Amino acid sequence: MATEAEGEGRLVFHPLDQFKVHSLFGDGPIHWYTPTNVTLWMAVAIVCIYLLLVVGSSSRSIVPTRVQSVGEMIYGFIYKMVEDVCGHDGIKYFPYIMTLFMFILVANFLGLLPMSFTTTSHIAVTAVLGFGVFICVTVLGFVLNGPAFLGMFWMKDAPLLLRPVIAIIEVISYFVRPVSHSIRLAGNIMAGHAVIKVFAGFAAIALISPLSIAAIVAIYGLEVLVAGIQAYVFTILTCVYLKDALHPHH
Amino acid sequence: MEGDIAELGKFIGAGLAAIGSGAAAIGVGHVAGNYLAGALRNPSAAASQTATLFIGLAFAEALGIFSFLVALLLMFAV
Repeated sequence: MATEAEGEGRLVFHPLDQFKVHSLFGDGPIHWYTPTNVTLWMAVAIVCIYLLLVVGSSSRSIVPTRVQSVGEMIYGFIYKMVEDVCGHDGIKYFPYIMTLFMFILVANFLGLLPMSFTTTSHIAVTAVLGFGVFICVTVLGFVLNGPAFLGMFWMKDAPLLLRPVIAIIEVISYFVRPVSHSIRLAGNIMAGHAVIKVFAGFAAIALISPLSIAAIVAIYGLEVLVAGIQAYVFTILTCVYLKDALHPHH
Repeated sequence: MEGDIAELGKFIGAGLAAIGSGAAAIGVGHVAGNYLAGALRNPSAAASQTATLFIGLAFAEALGIFSFLVALLLMFAV
């Protein structure tokens, strides 16, 4: 979160510089196989999830240790959420949803560490997650229901005259889903980090620096909350979309 | 895009787009306030509706994030 004040009393803000993707080794062009800070922090997130869920619960003790009980709490929380929203036949897709939740949660929290990189602040990363959910849900809807899946857009309880209009609106809102799904997560995380950076820029002015450092602490607390809530929101919206695919007529 | 007028329009546009964040704040406050009002009337039903609360918050907030994104694009990308 370093900032630089150039010149006499003139502040230069670069709130978005923290999201730059650069190669870990050297300054060469970035190809799809180049190890960058994004891939590094994604790998760190995977290692953290592995440590929490696999190593943490490897003892399988009856009285869980602290790490194991954290893992069990998260597992139980997501399991209950899938069961509540999707119904009992949605449990089959629990591993996918748990994977999404753990990855987003851990990536968000790792991004809050100073000098780290937030992978979920990039729309490219969240778009892959969001469009992955969209494609899965659409394919699943057609496999499970056949052409009857399209009945989701044809409101049976609306007046006949209005149905085509509603169908068009429903189709548009269906295709906007992956966009809003992914931009919501990336935008929230990016906005929070940029705000912290802007306040860090104000900390260079001696007069208001105690105030701005206090503000950074307060916003940081808010960001911890946002990191958890956005992971939750992404997951529960996945469950809602999955429910549409499983039961299109409700 | 060059020239002072283009620069001016960029910043005015970014400022106008930022109004959307305030509008989203009204929406989020509306959702949370109504949830609290309902929860205080019937606390026993409140716990089962938290998922709905968060979905509503997410939908209201997304539009504010969109306007923030438009402001950022105007400031840094155009």
